[in-house]
Amino acid sequence: MSEPRRDAVGSAAGAGASAAGAAGSATGSAGAGASAAGSAGAGASAFSRSEMMIVAAARELAGQRVCFVGVGLPNIAVNLARLTVAPELELVYESGAFGSKPARLPLSIGDPTIVTGATAAVSMFELFSFYLQGGRVDVGFLGAAQIDRFGNINSTVIGDYEHPKTRLPGSGGACEIAINARQVFVIMRQSKRSFVDKIAFRTSPGNLGGAEAAAAIRREQGWLGSGPSIVVTDLGIYHFDDEGEMRLDSIHPGATLEQVRDTIGWEPKVADPLPVTPEPTVEELRLIREQLDPEGAYTK
Amino acid sequence: MGKVASMRDAVAELVRDGDTVAIEGFTHLICFAAGQEIIRQRKRDLTLARLTPDLIYDQMVAAGVARKLIFSWLGNPGVGGLHAIRRRVENEDPAPLEIEEYSHFGMVGRYTAGASNLPFFPLRSYFETDLPKANPLIRPIRSPYGDETVYAVPPLKPGVTIVHAQRADAAGNTQMWGLLGCQKEAAFAAERVIVVVEELVDEAVVRADPNRTVIPGLIVDAVVVEPFGAHPSYVQGSYDRDNHFYRDWDMIAREPATLDAWLDEWVYGVAGRSEYAEKLGAERLASLRPSGSAPSGSVDYGVYK
Repeated sequence: MSEPRRDAVGSAAGAGASAAGAAGSATGSAGAGASAAGSAGAGASAFSRSEMMIVAAARELAGQRVCFVGVGLPNIAVNLARLTVAPELELVYESGAFGSKPARLPLSIGDPTIVTGATAAVSMFELFSFYLQGGRVDVGFLGAAQIDRFGNINSTVIGDYEHPKTRLPGSGGACEIAINARQVFVIMRQSKRSFVDKIAFRTSPGNLGGAEAAAAIRREQGWLGSGPSIVVTDLGIYHFDDEGEMRLDSIHPGATLEQVRDTIGWEPKVADPLPVTPEPTVEELRLIREQLDPEGAYTK
Repeated sequence: MGKVASMRDAVAELVRDGDTVAIEGFTHLICFAAGQEIIRQRKRDLTLARLTPDLIYDQMVAAGVARKLIFSWLGNPGVGGLHAIRRRVENEDPAPLEIEEYSHFGMVGRYTAGASNLPFFPLRSYFETDLPKANPLIRPIRSPYGDETVYAVPPLKPGVTIVHAQRADAAGNTQMWGLLGCQKEAAFAAERVIVVVEELVDEAVVRADPNRTVIPGLIVDAVVVEPFGAHPSYVQGSYDRDNHFYRDWDMIAREPATLDAWLDEWVYGVAGRSEYAEKLGAERLASLRPSGSAPSGSVDYGVYK
C-alpha cells in the first residue's frame, strides 16, 4: 500500500483552509488501497495516513505529565504533543535525558538536541532505576513490529528465535517500560503482518491472555504498570475493553472498516456507534511538515 | 606523559584475541576510532558487548573480529537494521554469530553488578516475556525479605572497556557531559580501560570541576587523544552525529561486496583516525559543528582552608 505524497502543504498551511473540511465519510473512498485521506477538495487540507496517525497519537497525551519516548514513531508523536496539547509534558528518553526540549526532531533517541536545554542528563542506571522502575513515568510510548489483540508486543524476531526468518532489533528498554510505566500507548501501522493472532515472541507484556489474569499477575508480581491502554494506527484508535482486548473506538477519516479488517489478523471488536477521528488541524499539519519532519522521515 | 598512548599501541597492548570488549556510549561518544583500529589489527574471536551494537559493531562483525555479541537493541538508530550482523544471525552468512540478548536495563544492570563486585543485579523486568527462555542467564529470584519475585542478570566484566569522552588529563581522569549512557559502569566493571578523548587537558582543569569526572585515572590503563574519534557518532558540544552516514550505511551494508569495499577504503586504507578525518574533509567536518554555543553556567566550589 503506497502512502500518498504530501502534496498539499501550501493549501493546508495557507488560505485559512478549514481543517475540519472534509471530515467524516468513514464509508467513503473504499477504493482498493486508496489512502489519500482527506482528499484535497476546495477548502480542505490533504493529509496522509501517517500524519493522521501521528496527530491522533499526540492528542492522546493531553493531560499527561511524564512520557517515556520510544524509538521511531513515538518520537514525532510525543514531540507534536509537547508543541500542542501537552506543553507541560516531561519527555524522558532512555538514553538518559529527562525534561528534553528538542530544538529539532531527533533522528535517534540519543540525539544531542535532547540534552541541550533539558532538565537533567542522567546515567542510564539512574534513568531506568529511579525514573522508570521508581514509578515516575506516567506513559510509556512504544512502537512495535507485531502486536496481538491483548496488546502483547513482539519486537524481537519473526520466526523461530534460534533460526529467525527476520531478526528485529529486540527489546531495548521496551520490556521494562511495558512493566513499569503506569500505562502504555502504542503507535504502529496496521498490516496482516503486524496485527497478528499470535505474536512470534513476547518482548513486552500487555494484557497477556486476558484482562483479569493479567491484572492478577501484575498485582501479584508488583508491577507498577497497568499495561496497554491505547493503540493508534494509520486507520484508527483502539482502546482495551473489559476483557483486555483491543476495540476500535475511532476510525480515521477516509479509512473504512473493510480496510481495518483487511489489515488485522483477527476479527476486531468495533465500537457502535463508531466515531470518526477529527482531522488534523492546519496547525498540527504545519508543525509536522515545517518544524518536526520537513524531510518526511516519519511521514513517508 | 603518564598513560598517554597512540591508538595503535593502546589497542595492540590492551585488546587481546578472545577478549570480551565493550565499546560503550549510547548514541553519544561511541569510539569508532578504536573499533576500526581493532579491525585494522585483525583481532579475532572477540565477544563484543554493547547495549546498541550500532554501526561500529556491524563493521567489526563484518570484518570478522567477533565470534559473539552481547546486546539489548540491535538496529541502526533512526534508520533500520544492521545488515552484516543480520546476515550472520539469520543466515550464518558467512559464519554463525553467537548472541546473548538482554533488555537495556538488563545490560545496565550487568555492568553495574560487574562494577560493584556483586553476583547479580535484580530488576523488575522480563515478567511474562519470552526473553528468559531465549536467554537462560536471565533468572527469577525470590526476595529474601518477602514473597516477591524479581529477575536477576549476571555481572558482566569486560576484559577491556573503551570509552570516548570530551576530555581527560594525562593520568586518565576523564570528564564528559551530555548523555552518559553506562560508560562509568562499563569502565568500572572492566579489567582494562582505554579512554579516548577529543582533548587532553591539564590536571588543574579536572580538579576545577570534580563533579564532572566520570572515570578516575585510577582505573584507566591508556589515554588516547583522537579528535573526531567518535565520528559518525557525536561528541556533545564538539560535533554532531553524522546522520547522513548512518543513512548511507544502510545501503553500504546491504551487500557484502560494498561493505568490504568500504572497509578497504575507510578502515584498512587509512593509517588511523587523523588520516580518516582528513579523508572526510574539512567541509564535512565543519558541517557537523554545532550551530551555536550553549555553555553551562559555572559554579563556585569555594576554598576551604
